[in-house]
Amino acid sequence: MALSGQKNWLARAWHSAFAPIREPEGFYRHRALVRLTHWVNALCILILLGSGLNIFNAHPRLYWGLYGTDADQSFFSLGAIDTPAGPQGVTQVGPWQFDTTGVLGWSQVDGVFQARGWPSWLTIPSFQDLADARHWHFLFAWILVFNGLAYLAYSLWIRHIQRDIWPTRADIRAIPKSILDHIKLKHPTGDAARRYNVLQKLAYVGVITLITLMVLTGLTMSPGFNAIFPWLLDIFGGRQSARAIHFISACLIVLFVIVHLVEVILAGPINEIRSMLTGDYRIPRDDHLKDEA
Amino acid sequence: MAGAKIITRRLAILGGFAGAGWLIANTDKLTLDSDFARVFRAVEDWTKTTQRGLLYPDRLAREYSPSDISPFFKPNGTFNPGTPEYSAHAALNFANWRLKIDGLVEKPLSLSVDELRRLPRRTQITKHDCVEGWTAIGMWTGVPVGLLLKAAGLKPNARYAVFHCADNLTGEPAKGGEQSPGQYYESIDLRDAFHPQTILAYGFNGKALDVPHGAPLRLRVERQLGYKQAKYVERIQLVDSFSQIAGGQGGYWEDRGYEWYAGI
Repeated sequence: MALSGQKNWLARAWHSAFAPIREPEGFYRHRALVRLTHWVNALCILILLGSGLNIFNAHPRLYWGLYGTDADQSFFSLGAIDTPAGPQGVTQVGPWQFDTTGVLGWSQVDGVFQARGWPSWLTIPSFQDLADARHWHFLFAWILVFNGLAYLAYSLWIRHIQRDIWPTRADIRAIPKSILDHIKLKHPTGDAARRYNVLQKLAYVGVITLITLMVLTGLTMSPGFNAIFPWLLDIFGGRQSARAIHFISACLIVLFVIVHLVEVILAGPINEIRSMLTGDYRIPRDDHLKDEA
Repeated sequence: MAGAKIITRRLAILGGFAGAGWLIANTDKLTLDSDFARVFRAVEDWTKTTQRGLLYPDRLAREYSPSDISPFFKPNGTFNPGTPEYSAHAALNFANWRLKIDGLVEKPLSLSVDELRRLPRRTQITKHDCVEGWTAIGMWTGVPVGLLLKAAGLKPNARYAVFHCADNLTGEPAKGGEQSPGQYYESIDLRDAFHPQTILAYGFNGKALDVPHGAPLRLRVERQLGYKQAKYVERIQLVDSFSQIAGGQGGYWEDRGYEWYAGI
C-alpha cells in the first residue's frame, strides 16, 4: 500500500515535471537555447567560483590601485597569525579584524590545520594548487564567454532581452509595489505570471552585467590583454583595482544565486525547474486573488 | 515517434546533469589525470592563439610614469642564489660575469656586463604581474634581447631563446602543487625575443640591478607574467625545441604545471 502510494507520488512528480502542458493553463516560457545556456552558465559559475578561490589563496589580499604587494595596504585579507594560544585565522576588512579560525585564514585540510585563505571545501581543486586552479579557471572562463555570447546574440535576435528582461517605464513605476509583493512573498498569478516582475528583471539585468564585468576585470589582470586593450586598465583603475572588482563582483554573483534559488523554492520549485528544463511553465491560477476579493 | 523524442530529450537532460555532477565530484581526480591535462593544454594554446592574433603586429605593454613606481617592489622566488660562484661574482660587483649566447647561432658570443652597458639601451617603467595575483611597478634599463640575437646571428632553425639562470629554486609555498628543486630557466619564442620591450635588464629604478631582483642580468618580457622574468641570467641558448631541457616544458615553473605562454 505504502509502496504503491510512493510509486504514484513519484509517477505524478515525474509527470508534472515532464509532461507537456497546453494553453491556457501553461505556456512555453524558456526556449531551448536559453535553457541550455542557463545550465552551462550555472556549471561555469560553480567551477569558476571554486577555482577562483583557490587562485585567490595564492595571494589572499586585495588592494585598490595600480599596484599592490605584501608591503602595501590591503583592504581585505585572509591570513594566519601566531598567538600564545596557537595559530589563529584572521580576516581583515578595512580597519577591522575578525578571528575566523577554522574557516578563513587557518583551516583543516585532510584533518591537518594549514594557513589557507579559503577553506579546502570551497576550492577547486580542494588542495592548494595555483597552476591547476588556473587551468580550471581558464577552461571554464572560455566556455562561459562562448556560452554567454551565444545567449546574448540569440536573446537579442529573438528580442528576448528587449521584450522580457529590459524593464519598461511602467515596470520602473511599479518598483514600490513589487518590493511590497516580495516582502509579502506574494507571487504573480494569472496573466501577470507570464511576465517577469520588475525586481526579477533588474536582477537578471544585474547578473548579466556582473558576468560581463567578471570577464572584463579578468582580462584586465592579464598582461597580454593589457597590451591589447590598455584602456581596460584605465576603466578599472589598474590591475589591482580590477582584481578587487573581480572579487567583489563574484561575491555579488553568489548573492544573486542565493536569492535566485530562494525565489525558485518560494515560487514553486517543480514548476520553475521544469520550465528551465523543458520550457513548459504552468501558470499559477489566480484563485487566491478571488478569495481576497 | 513523439514518445521516442521525449525520451531522448529526457535522456539528454538527465545525461547532462549526471555528467555535470560527475565532473564537479571529480575535479580533484581530473586535476591529477594526465589525459585530462591535454584539455588544459588545448585551452592554453587557444589563449595564446587569441592573444597573439590580437597582439599583431607588436603592441607595446603600457609604460608608466616615475610617480607610479611602487615604493616596495616585492622580490620573489630566489632572493640570492647563494652559491660560492655567485657570491664571488657579487663580491666583485659582477665584473667577471659573462653572458654567453650559444646554440643555434652563427657566432657564439660571450659578453661582460660592462660590454652590455655600452650597447644601445632601453629604459621602461612597467607593471610586473605575478601569477599569484600581486602587482609591482618598476623601472628597468637594459639591452634589447633582439639586438644581442642579431649580433650572434640566428641559424634558420632557431625557434626559441632559452635563458639559463644561476639560481637553484626549491619552490614557493604560495604556488602550491609540485615543488621539487631545480635550476631556474625560462624560454620565449623569437616573436617575444625580438619585441622592442624585451630586454636583459642591468638597471632597476635608476640604480644597478640588486641581488634580490636578479643581479646582474634579468630578462624582462613585459607582456607575460612574473615567472617569465628570469633572474641571474648567465646564458642564452638558441634552440629549435626545448623538449630536451630539464623537464621539457620550457621553464622552471612550466615543468611544475604552469603555462609556457604566460600572457594570462
